Amino acid sequence: MSEQLRHDPLIIAGKEYSSRLLVGTGKYRDLDETRRAIEASGAQIVTVAVRRTNIGQNRDEPNLLDAVSPEKYTILPNTAGCYTAEDAVRTCKLARELMDGHDLVKLEVLGDQKTLYPNIVETLKGAEMLVKDGFKVMVYTNDDPIVAKQLEEMGCIAVMPLGSLIGSGLGILNPHNIRLIMEAANVPILVDAGVGTASDAALAMEMGCAGVLMNTAIAGARDPLLMASAMRKAIEAGREAYLAGRMPRKKYASASSPMEGII
Amino acid sequence: MRIVLNGDTMELHDQCSLADLVEQLGLGGKRFAAEVNMEIVPRSQHVALRLNDGDQIEIVQAIGGG
Repeated sequence: MSEQLRHDPLIIAGKEYSSRLLVGTGKYRDLDETRRAIEASGAQIVTVAVRRTNIGQNRDEPNLLDAVSPEKYTILPNTAGCYTAEDAVRTCKLARELMDGHDLVKLEVLGDQKTLYPNIVETLKGAEMLVKDGFKVMVYTNDDPIVAKQLEEMGCIAVMPLGSLIGSGLGILNPHNIRLIMEAANVPILVDAGVGTASDAALAMEMGCAGVLMNTAIAGARDPLLMASAMRKAIEAGREAYLAGRMPRKKYASASSPMEGII
Repeated sequence: MRIVLNGDTMELHDQCSLADLVEQLGLGGKRFAAEVNMEIVPRSQHVALRLNDGDQIEIVQAIGGG
């Protein structure tokens, strides 16, 4: 990691992170692959889902939080699978109890199963309830700049617009909207969902996003560990390119070799 | 008495506390959160909370997700 990146932390809820890559823990073959992929990604914030415990099944079944220890990682419980604000709030309260009072959560309230597109009306309602209850809310939303601003004004500590549909790997379909959201924002903006490969992650970072949250792009790769490593570099490369400031785009060529002394 | 645990009915002896149920399920010392009749029950209250016939109990844990 370059000197510049070492002094350029991502700040979430007052805590500094050297990695701007946030990763999910779903869709891996087993907990060992989960653990190794997360390690290779260099991520420090890791999302988990909250689900009913399998009663009466294997009692010695290893637990996700043994593989991905809360001592080592900031655990970000999500509300995936919730379709109403009430369900999302209930899930967050269970997560807070599960995590011994840790109140950082990822709010996502979905609209339908086919698109997993966020239901914005319920998302706004859920955000309001959670902020009032003292949660620190990182919120998954669409790429609407007005909604993103409203979520910030309600007290969400980070706003996370989708690049494209969850698990689609289609990349960032509307970079212009993501730019509009960032221009107006006073909280970190992270692209959440849609990243398919390293260049998508680099693009998000080059545009100036504070970070990227992904799961399927790594877990769904043929070699998840190698992709995790690629994503780590893409995030760092994209951030460095953003900090370096890209050259202006020009219509015509501009020779790199001097004209003088041509034989 | 009969309770509903994670959507399934279950027979328990009377005077069973939430902590007794947790032990019976082999979840003692593990990371989970419990809700009785839609109310979170903090870990510190599991011993004191006596279950009643018809209680709806949810026990959840963290699993892989994005």
